[in-house]
Amino acid sequence: MKKKAKNLLPVNYRLIKDLVIKNLSGVLLGICLLVIIAIVIGLSIKSEPLISTESLWNILSSSVWSPMKGNFGFLPFIMGTVWVTLISLVIAVPLCLAASVYLVEYAGNRLRNFVLPLVNVLAAIPPVLYGVWGVLFVVPLIGNYIAPLFGISTTGYSVFSGGIVLAVMIFPIMVSIMVEVLQTIPKELRSVSLSLGATKLETIQQVVLKKARPGIMAAIVLAVSRAFGETIAVLMVCGNIPKIPQSIFDAGYPLPALIANNFGEMMSIPLYDSALMFAALLLFIIILGFNLISRGILKRMEAKNI
Amino acid sequence: MYAIPSIETEKTQSIIHQVNPHIQIKDLNVYVEDQHILKNINLEIPNNCITSIIGPSGCGKTTLLKTLNRLLDDSTEVKVTGSVLVNGEDIYGPDAEVTHIRKKMGLLSQKPFPLPMSIFDNIAYGPKIHGNRDKKSLQAIVERQLKNVGLWEEVKDRLDSSASKLSIGQQQRLCLARGLAVEPEIILGDESTSALDPISTQVIENLLIQLKQDYTIVLVTHILRQARRVSDYILFLYNGEVVEFGRSEDILLNPQNEITQQYVKGFIS
Ligand SMILES: Nc1ncnc2c1ncn2[C@@H]1O[C@H](COP(=O)(O)OP(=O)(O)O)[C@@H](O)[C@H]1O
Ligand SMILES: [Mg+2]
Repeated sequence: MKKKAKNLLPVNYRLIKDLVIKNLSGVLLGICLLVIIAIVIGLSIKSEPLISTESLWNILSSSVWSPMKGNFGFLPFIMGTVWVTLISLVIAVPLCLAASVYLVEYAGNRLRNFVLPLVNVLAAIPPVLYGVWGVLFVVPLIGNYIAPLFGISTTGYSVFSGGIVLAVMIFPIMVSIMVEVLQTIPKELRSVSLSLGATKLETIQQVVLKKARPGIMAAIVLAVSRAFGETIAVLMVCGNIPKIPQSIFDAGYPLPALIANNFGEMMSIPLYDSALMFAALLLFIIILGFNLISRGILKRMEAKNI
Repeated sequence: MYAIPSIETEKTQSIIHQVNPHIQIKDLNVYVEDQHILKNINLEIPNNCITSIIGPSGCGKTTLLKTLNRLLDDSTEVKVTGSVLVNGEDIYGPDAEVTHIRKKMGLLSQKPFPLPMSIFDNIAYGPKIHGNRDKKSLQAIVERQLKNVGLWEEVKDRLDSSASKLSIGQQQRLCLARGLAVEPEIILGDESTSALDPISTQVIENLLIQLKQDYTIVLVTHILRQARRVSDYILFLYNGEVVEFGRSEDILLNPQNEITQQYVKGFIS
């Protein structure tokens, strides 16, 4: 009897610990979810005044933005975000893919061990420095040299500049994820293809990149999420004119820049703060939707591929 | 004037193969990062036989196998000296074309590594790489090779599904079929059954025994019983050196060298 009781105590104690930890982590997770829900609800309530004056569709599809007259068309900002993000992807994806393939498949150990930590340092540079670099270097380059090549005159503050700066910013995260993805592919899989008589290039194209596709997509998705939300660096070089960009040399006005530029100012204008809250809500929904959709696609790809 | 045949007929070729061993290794040395991994290997591997390379782990068996189809090329810190002649042609010579050399040898690795594609494409991959674009002919190759390894009946209704959905044993047979599809002359196997259950192991072993009629086979194994079951010749490798090479029964029953004796009796492993 005595022995049993002695034995029971520590066991119970361990079980209790287990139970506490389990519930505690559940509670913490719940708090995280609650914060997210609270943000959505808060933003919705704040944007309600704007939504109640006009139909949602009108707000989203109108391109007239003149708060003084009560016109809040969000299309220019949505298009500004889309342009900048697309341009940055068009630049960054091929470059990053080529860079990571080179680092993993061709570069020697020494080069790889030198470059990869450097890439991580790049990722830690604060965005505002990229913005400064954009203003000092990219904007003049485009305004003075590249745009004139196409017979266009511009200050250089454009969605193109924004795209370039953003591309450089997402470069580190994209490269380091892609490198990691490529490194997880077993060496033996490459050997299989090589020993069938394939060249290295054929092996990379038809086996390595195919196997890595879901991971590469994940890297792109992460980078896009980052690009959507990036504010300060883009704001510094985009020109911030609320018009739909017609070419890459036009100025644009991405959603995050709208919020950052105007929050706290001109709040006396009716519905203005509500419009900014709506912009925030929009940004939130776009990023959430994009992540959910791409996660679904990824899952399907993985199921099909591996 | 002598009549020199400009084209080797199948008959002359088979005679050449009988006379000259497919694979001759001469003064082969391999260094990895200044470590001397393979030391002065001189060897002729008999045609249409199964030759097993045995020896304790780390003695260089995999390295030796990889030098045969130049899979070591991609590692930067590797240096190979000496020569490996395949059909009399030095695969480390200046004119040797690596894709051509590798096509001659099917490699069966330790674990099955199906390519990330369908069962059909796994087998068609090699022929496609070498320029076969004809759908009918590819279908014929796939069917023939799957039948060759006894997998056809099991997979003929799901050729388009992913190869990774097969069992490990099936995958390994698929990998063998994939290697055979490029019409090699030599099959290299590196502990190819070590990830398999006993039944799949037996299936693969029996396949290899059948295949030796048409192919020269070199297997690495660390299982003595397997070496006994399948091989005609055995090479005992120790510390990167060839200690003993000879007919299977001689090596296993009557080893000349003391180290071989100890290994065969199970004192070293
Ligand atoms: N890429 C490599 N880098 C460093 N050492 C290696 C490499 N490949 C093989 N070796 C060394 O070569 C020796 C032989 O290895 P291996 O051929 O794999 O042996 P086995 O297949 O007989 O177990 C081992 O000592 C191993 O450490
Ligand atoms: Mg080995």
